[in-house]
Amino acid sequence: MLGKLGWDSIPLANPLPIIASGVVALVICGVLGWTWRRGYFPYLWREWITSVDHKRIGVMYCVLAAVMLLRGFSDAILMRTQQAIAYNSPGYLPPEHYDQIFTAHGVIMIFFVAMPFMIGLMNFALPLQLGVRDVAFPTLNSVSFWLTAVGALLVNMSLVIGEFAKTGWVVYPPLSELRFSPGVGVDYYLWALQISGVGTLLSGVNLVTTILKMRAPGMGYTRMPMFCWTSLATNLLIVAAFPILTATLAMLTLDRYLGFHFFTNEAGGNQMMFVNLIWAWGHPEVYILVLPVFGVFSEVISTFSGKPLFGYRSMIVATMAICLLSFMVWLHHFFTMGAGADVNGFFGITTMIIAVPTGVKVFNWIFTMYGGRIRYTSMMLWSLGFVVTFVIGGMTGVLLAVPPADFVLHNSLFLVAHFHNIVIPAVLFGAFAGVTYWWPKAFGFTLDETWGKRSFWFWITGFYLAFMPLYVLGLMGMTRRLGHYDVPEWQPWLIAAAGGAALIACGILCQIIMFTVSIRNRHALADTTGDPWDGRTLEWATTSPPPVFNFAVLPDVRGEEAYWGLKSTARENRRLSDLPDYVDIEMPKNSPTGIVSAFFATVMGFALIWHIWWMVILGFLGAWATFVVFAWRDEAEYHIHASELEEGDRRRREAKAKLLDLPPEALA
Amino acid sequence: MSGGHKAGGSKHGDPNKLGHGEVPADEQGPAPKRIVVAYGFWIFLLSDFIMFAGFFAAYAVLVGETAGGPAGRDVFELPLVAWETAFLLLSSFACGMAGIAAFARNVRWFQVAMAATALLGAAFLSLELYEFTHLIGEGAGPSRSAFLSAFFALVGCHGLHVTLGLIWLTTMMAQVWAKGFREDILRRIACFSLFWHALDIIWVALFTVVYLLGAGA
Repeated sequence: MLGKLGWDSIPLANPLPIIASGVVALVICGVLGWTWRRGYFPYLWREWITSVDHKRIGVMYCVLAAVMLLRGFSDAILMRTQQAIAYNSPGYLPPEHYDQIFTAHGVIMIFFVAMPFMIGLMNFALPLQLGVRDVAFPTLNSVSFWLTAVGALLVNMSLVIGEFAKTGWVVYPPLSELRFSPGVGVDYYLWALQISGVGTLLSGVNLVTTILKMRAPGMGYTRMPMFCWTSLATNLLIVAAFPILTATLAMLTLDRYLGFHFFTNEAGGNQMMFVNLIWAWGHPEVYILVLPVFGVFSEVISTFSGKPLFGYRSMIVATMAICLLSFMVWLHHFFTMGAGADVNGFFGITTMIIAVPTGVKVFNWIFTMYGGRIRYTSMMLWSLGFVVTFVIGGMTGVLLAVPPADFVLHNSLFLVAHFHNIVIPAVLFGAFAGVTYWWPKAFGFTLDETWGKRSFWFWITGFYLAFMPLYVLGLMGMTRRLGHYDVPEWQPWLIAAAGGAALIACGILCQIIMFTVSIRNRHALADTTGDPWDGRTLEWATTSPPPVFNFAVLPDVRGEEAYWGLKSTARENRRLSDLPDYVDIEMPKNSPTGIVSAFFATVMGFALIWHIWWMVILGFLGAWATFVVFAWRDEAEYHIHASELEEGDRRRREAKAKLLDLPPEALA
Repeated sequence: MSGGHKAGGSKHGDPNKLGHGEVPADEQGPAPKRIVVAYGFWIFLLSDFIMFAGFFAAYAVLVGETAGGPAGRDVFELPLVAWETAFLLLSSFACGMAGIAAFARNVRWFQVAMAATALLGAAFLSLELYEFTHLIGEGAGPSRSAFLSAFFALVGCHGLHVTLGLIWLTTMMAQVWAKGFREDILRRIACFSLFWHALDIIWVALFTVVYLLGAGA
């Protein structure tokens, strides 16, 4: 009746996950109780959960990422403390639990922190920057978000019901095959990633279509803000790379569920094929995460240097070159496979070549700052911290691209240090800069700068203290994923690394304080102009927060840096542009399709993990019925009258006139 | 911000008029919904092709790994596959007819053509099911060898697409019956026919790479 599920599936003997999930359950119940008592549920359902507005969905993606960051970071703290004390002792984490922790840490940080942060920022900013009213497929966007949330939910459920994979985050066979991982851990991994992968793929399709087919009049390709270009590259990569992951995980699933022999030891299975396939997705995935961030930093550095981005067109070429090259380097993740000197040489060289367009980008950012009037806001600090740290990480990457060096450093902590050296400054610092940058656009008030800067300094010192020792440890021969060890020379460095993790914890604490303080002081921090940073791109042309339709009339784009052009013209002529003709518009109606299909996807995923076949069928039928109900609806859009648009736009124009210090008659 | 975009292309941007008319193609503003939907669905289909490419690659790697069991020439029956191909291609023809009927807003012929599409698709599927059960009965199931695993997964993935397509198809028939040729339904019909034809393209590759090459080798 319930497949493999039974009372023994709950790890009562293991106090740590039980206590942790007990605390989480208490917090969730507390939040739900508070929301219910204050009567916010109808509001949340109407305005957020069923929302198909790209801005709201973008915010929800970022909230999901922030929550999961806390989960992934607590895994990191567990690992750092374990390794700090586990010299000649078992430490406090039993091996089977420790193995789940490092797997969960990787999976959560990549799939449920980095990805939702990036997709969230793209969702929020892209339509605003392109000067349009929504993404190409608004309801599909909501479905994508909720499917991603299902993946995160399943990973967290594995904490109390059953177990998570103990195989490392890329689940290499034969360890991940049924024979060596008979539990449900790998199955949780497979179905959580398949379901959230569908969400990611659909949002890639959605955003590619949005960028290529939905731009304001005049917004030609070479007038798009850099963030739009890097997002285009990212979403093309999602569309081209995620199906490979889907196929690969499907093959492993067939091996585990139906006795296929893709990657088994017996009957001709080939483990290295899995490794090749997963990295054919996995390396582009690195650029999927990092390219949007390159866009964020381009916007931030240009805005706070008060200059257009240096080398705009070379930046486009560099972005698209990275997009293409990212598919030609996957083998550098396993030079030790034994493909021979020629193959390794080829992939070593392509890997080094990819450093060239990346270098072009770094120089463009530096030259953008050169001669500019730089405002050292917290966002600028994140950017500077990124440029410096990222260059160091890039250099260790080029070192690892040399196959002979890689044979020595492969699977050591040097590698762990290298990819954290890339992902933390790039993805996380970029996400923090992006969230701070677009926060006033989303909520109408800026974030507290003092706490933001404190957080930056804790993060960056914490980062160096936590990860530079790992380079040393790697060179000393310490391999990754060790539960305990007997080399006395390693311990001081591991204790230092744990200290770094503590500093990062302070950084995260500062961020929590930052959000609290800013929300309390929101009236003092209010952004009344819609343009708090003296911005250059179209999202700053509308109000903060923007109306649901973003723009009363689609902007008329006449060149690069569309909004900067509008401001300059207005300053020159001492008046705003002519009053446009307002016409009625249609906006998509909110829909519970996303959350309902996510519910059925959860049911289906859970049932597949536990082999509860009747429930799988029920989940599938429910999901199909949800789409039929959606397809059958008669009213997909609602009407907004021109007078409403005109009224809102009049207030916006008044604010802009005040911002630009124009006389009252400038409005007419 | 002002209303429409007026002849911006003549001053800057496209001096060679590579776009259409005065305003270059990439500066004409958001595309109509019909274009956006079909374009987005094409992007999705491309991603689906890439997923198939993954299964094709796995098949190519594992085709020789028969583990002492049967190889392609021992198990493939080309006459059966020829019938499958005929059914699938005819069903695409019927699907094209349904598209023409929808274009002419003719409900009856649309339903007839869609029913024909469905029947031919179902005939294809039953032949494939027969082939699969026959192979499994002979002890040449997917767990026999890596080659057979890759074969069943690749061909089965296509079959799964046809199955989902049939569910979609019948849902579309019901929808046209209940709601008529609404704008959004016409867009969905266009997407469905793209999907159905895409499955043909996959089948042509499959027929060649798996069956023709496999039976001949």
